Amino acid sequence: MELTGAEITVRCLAEEGVEYVFGYPGGAVLNIYDEIYKQDKFKHVLVRHEQAAVHAADGYARATGRTGVALVTSGPGATNAVTGIATAYMDSIPMVVISGQVPTPAIGMDAFQEVDTVGITRPCVKHNFLVKDIRDLASTIKKAFFIASTGRPGPVLVDIPKDVTQFKTDFEYPKNISLRSYNPVTKGHTGQIKRAVQMLLNAKRPMIYAGGGVILSDAAKQLTELARLLGFPCTNTLMGLGGFPASDPLSVGMLGMHGTYEANMAVQHSDVLVAIGARFDDRVIGSPEHFYQEERQIIHIDIDPSSISKRVRVDVPIVGNVPDVLTEMIKLIKTSKEKPDQTALKTWLTQIELWRSRDCLKYDRTSDIIKPQFVLEKLHEVTGGDAFVTSDVGQHQMWAAQFYKFDKPRRWINSGGLGTMGFGLPAAMGVQLAHPDAMVACVTGEGSIQMNIQELATCKQFNIPLKIILLNNRYLGMVRQWQEFFYGERYAESYMDTLPDFVKLAEAYGHAGRRIDNPAEVEDALKWAFSAEMKNTLVFLDFRTDQTENVYPMIPGGKGLSEMILV
Amino acid sequence: MENEAGALSRVAGLFSARGYNIESLTVAPTEDATLSRMTIVTRGSDEVIEQITKQLNKLIDIVRVVDLSDGQHIERELMLVKVRAEGEWREEMKRMSDIFRGRIIDVTDKTYTIEMTGAGHKLDAFLEALDKGAILETVRTGASGIGRGDRILKS
Repeated sequence: MELTGAEITVRCLAEEGVEYVFGYPGGAVLNIYDEIYKQDKFKHVLVRHEQAAVHAADGYARATGRTGVALVTSGPGATNAVTGIATAYMDSIPMVVISGQVPTPAIGMDAFQEVDTVGITRPCVKHNFLVKDIRDLASTIKKAFFIASTGRPGPVLVDIPKDVTQFKTDFEYPKNISLRSYNPVTKGHTGQIKRAVQMLLNAKRPMIYAGGGVILSDAAKQLTELARLLGFPCTNTLMGLGGFPASDPLSVGMLGMHGTYEANMAVQHSDVLVAIGARFDDRVIGSPEHFYQEERQIIHIDIDPSSISKRVRVDVPIVGNVPDVLTEMIKLIKTSKEKPDQTALKTWLTQIELWRSRDCLKYDRTSDIIKPQFVLEKLHEVTGGDAFVTSDVGQHQMWAAQFYKFDKPRRWINSGGLGTMGFGLPAAMGVQLAHPDAMVACVTGEGSIQMNIQELATCKQFNIPLKIILLNNRYLGMVRQWQEFFYGERYAESYMDTLPDFVKLAEAYGHAGRRIDNPAEVEDALKWAFSAEMKNTLVFLDFRTDQTENVYPMIPGGKGLSEMILV
Repeated sequence: MENEAGALSRVAGLFSARGYNIESLTVAPTEDATLSRMTIVTRGSDEVIEQITKQLNKLIDIVRVVDLSDGQHIERELMLVKVRAEGEWREEMKRMSDIFRGRIIDVTDKTYTIEMTGAGHKLDAFLEALDKGAILETVRTGASGIGRGDRILKS
């Protein structure tokens, strides 16, 4: 049967089992929206800005592991989506973005709402397509989902001109797709895996360094089993939190610029470091020169060969799907009968405990001003550590990463790579829609929340009862911190002079809110927000926090792992 | 690589986005109309070349990447040079072209247009050998490369 391009688009999404499409209509996608109106296979969530559509699809993808879908119109619709696409690209999030385009004869004519979407997004997508022939439409959408979700995941954009959504052709959704130029490796090299296992068994000061790849590939179970089997300490990156339970005694917390003293010291002084789904980026190991000052052997497991030996030379590279590689390693260790040197391991763990006793995350618990760290500790307590926590970008993000101890994967959702302010609220919408009964907290700052505050309207329209935990210090806190440390306390443009009354603002959008000025009120406010009474209500908590609190430890830019500024 | 619209800009964009330099780049369809073949000349340390290779392989449109300089290979470039051919230069230009195995493919009273192929350094040597004042215009294609002997590049 012949279908229009718009019908085909909608049918393809249904065939892919899409549950939610986050989007915003406009001229070039009106045909597609007309078909969405007529169907009931998936739900459409109308955001208030296209950036939020992409972040919401992103949050949905991170919380579920499924491919997020966003739909935007041509021109400004597409350009507004770019920040969201780049965010997903930097964090390797599976996503398909469908954008409308002006009709094919108008392409290149500077038509109304025309922009070279494929050109603009090319550097921040895994792949993109401009569909010029309706006969290619179904197979292109199939390819887009295939590419987005396999190998190292990432966003794929499909740009569809308006006339293509009007033309008709026979519809058949391809069952399978194969691309001669795209065959992601899955199975790790057996010889390399054997070498790695031998290296681990010979280690005296081993460290496991696990990144976002563990979360993305659903390898938390295998990672936890491996670490416990060997009795090796484990640190997680910002993107990897929850990949190994924070409450496990072998966990040393997060590493990197704002990582714990024990994690950074242990990585720097390890003799065998196994990096799993991580990429040694600048915020993690700081300066490579300093990193090389200590000798160690490095095993690197990653699905993306280009991540290996990019910033740091690696001794044993293993390209493969992380859970499969870890499963094979576990099997080899179990059958080998060998065990790591227990005396050496004990000495090493004792050393780590000594570093841990430095208590690098301590803060003033007697203060009569609300300390942001205290709010997050209480948030963890009140939610039993079982909430999905999204964040924006800045100090609050680092405190959330440090103080909300994640025991499960896919619970911590933040823009790690691109560092996109404005991510938290729309991402939380995607998370809450994916898990309607779960507790979802958006930890944010007064700078970040205002970058996508309009989404409070979306939350109202679609009954999304997330909880906003605003750590309001009236400063762009992380900028202020850098200015204090490195710019002679010249606080250029980092003070927010006029802030709205967030409680009234939340109420204006139809939600509930409360302002909290006193540490004694913190727990009560959180209990109220997560109470049964407020289960179906978005609650906006405006915590007035200490204006001068800093995030510690901190590795200044360009410095090494053991060169932390400590409190 | 796939002979698709945009494939060239993906490659060019990758080089500029990651700060790799391109000395030359040539591309054209092959005997299989769905495939194009590109020869890129670039420079970098072993680590940089390894990264370039990996990053190129990551592009969805790229079918296969080889570093021709890993083995014996043949490299050819086409150059067209328009030179002054008046007075004493007329004989001189003909002689130089013959020495470098060029061919004069267009003639006017005042100019010759010389066609020359070879490895890049041979073309450089020819230009060096000419009097600077004699060269009116130069156009070069950039290198195309292929493995020597039985070595072939197939997907």
